[in-house]
Amino acid sequence: MTATKAPTEPPVQRTVRRPGDRIFAGSAKGSGIFILIVLAGVAAFLISEALPALTAPADEIPGGEGLTAYIAPLILGTLLGAVLALIVATPLAVGIALFITYYAPRRVAAVLGYVVDLLAAIPSVVYGFWGLAVVAPRMVPFHEWAADNLSFLPFFAGPASTSGRTMFTVGLVLAVMILPIISAISREVFSQAPALHREAALALGATRWEMIRMAVLPYGKSGVIAGAMLGLGRALGETMAVAIILSGGAGATLNLISNSNPSTIASNIALRFPEATGLGVNTLIASGLVLFVITLVVNMLARWVVNRRADFSGAN
Amino acid sequence: MAKRIDVSDLNIYYTNFLAVEGVNVSIEPRSITALIGPSGCGKSTFLRSLNRMHEVIPGARVEGKVVIDGQDLYGSDVDPVNVRRQIGMVFQRPNPFPTMSIYDNVVAGVRLNSTRMKKSEMDDLVETSLKGANLWNEVKDRLSRPGSGLSGGQQQRLCIARAIAVEPEVLLMDEPCSALDPISTLAIEDLMMELKDRFTIVIVTHNMQQAARVSEATGFFNLNGVGQPGRLIEFNPTEKIFSNPDQKATEDYISGRFG
Ligand SMILES: Nc1ncnc2c1ncn2[C@@H]1O[C@H](COP(=O)(O)OP(=O)(O)O)[C@@H](O)[C@H]1O
Ligand SMILES: [Mg+2]
Repeated sequence: MTATKAPTEPPVQRTVRRPGDRIFAGSAKGSGIFILIVLAGVAAFLISEALPALTAPADEIPGGEGLTAYIAPLILGTLLGAVLALIVATPLAVGIALFITYYAPRRVAAVLGYVVDLLAAIPSVVYGFWGLAVVAPRMVPFHEWAADNLSFLPFFAGPASTSGRTMFTVGLVLAVMILPIISAISREVFSQAPALHREAALALGATRWEMIRMAVLPYGKSGVIAGAMLGLGRALGETMAVAIILSGGAGATLNLISNSNPSTIASNIALRFPEATGLGVNTLIASGLVLFVITLVVNMLARWVVNRRADFSGAN
Repeated sequence: MAKRIDVSDLNIYYTNFLAVEGVNVSIEPRSITALIGPSGCGKSTFLRSLNRMHEVIPGARVEGKVVIDGQDLYGSDVDPVNVRRQIGMVFQRPNPFPTMSIYDNVVAGVRLNSTRMKKSEMDDLVETSLKGANLWNEVKDRLSRPGSGLSGGQQQRLCIARAIAVEPEVLLMDEPCSALDPISTLAIEDLMMELKDRFTIVIVTHNMQQAARVSEATGFFNLNGVGQPGRLIEFNPTEKIFSNPDQKATEDYISGRFG
C-alpha cells in the first residue's frame, strides 16, 4: 500500500469471488428482500381493504358508533389478555430456564426442557378446549375470592363469573402457550453466560444464586426481553384459544373476572369474519391493521429496550 | 491477615482422572510463591484447589489436606463460599463484570458480604482498592463507565482491585499476565511486589523471568507423559531453583532443554 495515485489505472487487486460465496450471498439477500416484499404486500392489502371503513360514516360501521368505538374495546381486550399472559409467564419462564441451566441435575434438566418445548407443539385449538373444559371451571373459586377480597382493584371489580370464561382465564391459558418460547430463549442466553464471569463471581465468594444475579441475569437480560416480546407477539395474535374460551362482547372494561369481557382483535375477526359482508369486512380488516401496528410497535419497543444500555451489555 | 498454607498429600481428580498427585508444600505468608511447569501438568488445577474453585467443575474432587493457618480448608463443616471469600483469585483472562461500572466491579465482592456499608465508606474502599491496584489515577474520572471499556492491562488491575477490596488472606493468580503486553505486565509485577506486604500471593506463570523477578519461592510441576498425573517435582527458594536446582528435570526446564 503506497500513497502514490494512478488515477487512470484500474485497481490491480480483484477480490476473488467463489461461486459458493456468491450463491450464499445471493440467496441471503434474496430471502431478505422476499420478506420485505411479503410484509409490504400484507401492509398494502390491510390498508387498501381497511380504507372504506376508515372513511365510512360512523353509523354504517357495525355497532353504529363509528370505527373508534368499535375497535377501542378490542384493543383493550387484546392488550389485557396479552399483558396478563406476559406478567404470569415471564417470571415462570425465567425460573424454569434458570432451574434447567443451573440447578437441575443433567438428566432432570433434559427431561424438563423437553417437556416445556412440547408445550409449543400443542395446537391452539387444544389449548382452547383445555381452557374451556379444565381451566375455566377450576378458576371459578379464585374469581369469587378475588371479587370478595380484591374488588378495590379495577381488574377484580366483579361480579365474579360463574363459568370462568373470563379474560383472567384467557390470560392464564395464553401464559402457558407463550411459556415455551420465553423459556427456550432464556435458557439459551443463560447457558451462554460466559464461564469467565461466572467464575469471577464464584471466586469472590458468591453463592450460586448470587453468581446468577451477578453474571447470568445481567448477561441474559436482553435475551429474556426479546423472548418476552416474541411471547407477547404470539399472545397478541392468538385467535382460536381466545375465541373458544372467552365469553366476550362487552365494551371497554378492565374487569378481568366478570362474564362480559371485551373481545380481542384476533378472536373477534375469527368469530365474525364468516358472516361479515360489505363494510363489516372492511371494519374487521381495519381492526387487523391495528393489530399489525400494535405488534410492530411492541417489537420496536423491545429493540429500543435491548439497545438502551448496549455499552453495559457485555457485547463490546 | 496474610496466612501460611500447608498442603499435605494432595491428590486432585477430575472424576476418575488423577490430574495432580501427592503434593506436599508449605507456602510462606507475606511472600510471592511462583508455580512453573509445562502446560497440562496441573498448575491451574492445584491453584484452584487452594480456594476450592475446582469444585465448580462437576466431578472434580481432592484427597489430602490443605490447611490455612490451622484451619482445614476441606473440613466437613467448611463452606466453600466462605473459603473463596478469604482466598481471592485473579484469572488468566481479565474478567471484570461487563454489565457493571468500574465502581460496581470493585465493590462486587464487598456487596456479597452483605454487611451494609455507608456510601462514603464504599467510596473510600473503591479509592483505596483502586490505588492499591495502581489504577486509581487512570480511572478516577470515569468510575461509572463500564469496566469492559478499559485496556486489557487496566482490566486485569481492576480485577486485582476487586479481589483485594474484600481484604482476602491469600491471593491466587493464574497466569495473570499472559494475555497482557510487556508494559502492562511490568505494571502488574510492580503491583505484586507492593501487595506481598499484605497478602500471601501464589502465582502460576509461564514466564520464567517473571518467576525469577517477583517470587521468593518457586515450585516446579511436571508430568511423565500424557495421561499421567502432574507432580510437584521441586519446591525451593527461587534463587536456588534458577541457579542450582536439586532436580535434573527442573534444570532442563528452566534452561529450555525440555522435550
Ligand atoms: N475441567 C476439566 N475436566 C477434566 N480434566 C481437566 C479439566 N481441566 C483440566 N483438566 C486436566 O487436568 C490436567 C491439568 O490441567 P491444568 O491444571 O489446566 O494444567 P496447567 O494449568 O498446568 O496447564 C490436564 O491433563 C487437563 O487435561
Ligand atoms: Mg493453566
